[in-house]
Amino acid sequence: MIVAGIDVGGKNLHIILKKEGQILEKASGPAGIKKAEAVEQLYDEILKKAGITRNDVGRVMATGSSAKRVAFADGSIPDAAADARGVNKLVPSARTVIDVGAEEGRAIKVSPEGKVLDFAINDKCAAGTGTFVEAMSRALEVSVNEMSKIALQSTQTLSTNAQCAVFGESEVVSLIHQKTPKPDIARAVMNAIAGRVASVARIVGLEMDVVMVGGMAKNAGFVDSLKKSIDMNIIVPEDPDFVGALGAAEAALAGVMIDEGKARGLEKETVSEGKG
Amino acid sequence: MAEEVKTQEFWRWPETHWVNPDIDWEKGELITAGVDVGSVSTQAVIMVDGEFFAYGNTRTGSDSPNSARKGMGFALEKTDMKIEHMDYCIGTGYGRVNVPMAQQSITEISCHARGANFMYGPEVRTVMDMGGQDCKAIQVDDRGKVLNFMMNDKCAAGTGRGMEVFADLIRVPVWEIGTRSFKIQKEPPMISSTCVVFAKSEVVGLLESGMPENDIMAAYCSAMAHRIMELLNRLGVKEKFVITGGIAKNEGVVKRLEKELGIKTGERVWNKKEYMDRGYPFDTQLAGAMGAALFGNALLKMGKAKSARKA
Repeated sequence: MIVAGIDVGGKNLHIILKKEGQILEKASGPAGIKKAEAVEQLYDEILKKAGITRNDVGRVMATGSSAKRVAFADGSIPDAAADARGVNKLVPSARTVIDVGAEEGRAIKVSPEGKVLDFAINDKCAAGTGTFVEAMSRALEVSVNEMSKIALQSTQTLSTNAQCAVFGESEVVSLIHQKTPKPDIARAVMNAIAGRVASVARIVGLEMDVVMVGGMAKNAGFVDSLKKSIDMNIIVPEDPDFVGALGAAEAALAGVMIDEGKARGLEKETVSEGKG
Repeated sequence: MAEEVKTQEFWRWPETHWVNPDIDWEKGELITAGVDVGSVSTQAVIMVDGEFFAYGNTRTGSDSPNSARKGMGFALEKTDMKIEHMDYCIGTGYGRVNVPMAQQSITEISCHARGANFMYGPEVRTVMDMGGQDCKAIQVDDRGKVLNFMMNDKCAAGTGRGMEVFADLIRVPVWEIGTRSFKIQKEPPMISSTCVVFAKSEVVGLLESGMPENDIMAAYCSAMAHRIMELLNRLGVKEKFVITGGIAKNEGVVKRLEKELGIKTGERVWNKKEYMDRGYPFDTQLAGAMGAALFGNALLKMGKAKSARKA
């Protein structure tokens, strides 16, 4: 059976088409404002690339903060469950998953079977999310990728005061005025976000192996700051931003169904209540 | 040929200044000044024998000393008074230690409490100061002394800066938001995101969905009112309750906060009818600088400070 896993996040969409053991296609794009339309469009594109039609897809599982926008989904699973499943497939030794996306930072304690044991989340505040990095990269006038690179070239450690992204922007501007080298500012920003993410992770407790996923896992500067902040090694799988979609696809293959609404007589999985 | 794009800065509120026409400062004994260098705005207030003589309200620039000079210069612009004529100057606000003309600095919490006592009367018990980058709930006694306070300076939600960001996003001048937020059919549910950054995405989504601008302003004002109420409830609100700072001028927030609290904000004492008839202004942003100038007067009178007058 061919299945689709669709992850609709705060800013981006990720879709994976999977057939039993093998991934057929992957696609990602911006979620935009009209998320439902963006999903339809990207889904049609990926089907075309794979040379199949909607009828060939046996089951569609959605996840992400806007999972409900996938009108054609057969069901949805919570983000934490998708992360846990996806990571379990890629790194079976993972016990802690840290997922930092555009608008959320999340830490999940997972069982050897890929079940969610506990999780904590920050979705209230942009500090500690990818949006914070975007805002700071605008203030620094470098791209996010560039910022990730230059952060690794920093030679001195600065600490910033602002916790809020709005105030952080003014602080970065005044650091630029003081002629602080951009790599040091970039590093300070990464350290600040890493500190916030680490405190979310400490709520669930950090246990080896620690795996990081989500868009921010592609930011080497940030991953380095986070490693230092938690003082543990962090494994980043290939295509870390697709892990949510992969988890949804795995759930579709396994016939798991959590959403009550559209139950098609599939097995129900319980997820522990989150903290935070 | 490229077309020049004129961008209006909707957050840019107008700067003001004023001189009291009924005071001849040269006849005064004690001339004191307060300079409140905030993160967003800077005010200078000059008092002659404890009477309000002049003020300047300007935007804070990139460094505190120049912002203080600019504010003071703006206050003195229409007078022949010079800084050398002043007996004592106190710096307050976030940049208080960087006020070049000041002999001393006092925290803005003390100054706002003292200023609110002067502007709203000794019955004031709770002052909510809503500044550019922080907000503070302050409990005061009948002499304007701080008994207890609680503040948020970590997060832009519920601050003036948050409102400025919103004004820029929705492209409506910041001082019109309050009034326009009442031109609605029905009170909409408040913006659900706490974080200003996330609220921005939420507002973009609402605009996209076709929600009228005024309704979105109402939704943002109620979210801000709710946020302030949470802080106030932690401290406890006692009447007379007053709001100082820039957001006090936004009736969209103030009236919704009054409704949520079930408490009306107190009447002003300074600038009552007779002053208003003479055209005296009343600016809630001045409370900090006003308090600082009053502290200067009191310190000189008590002999706890020495006049620095050079001319």
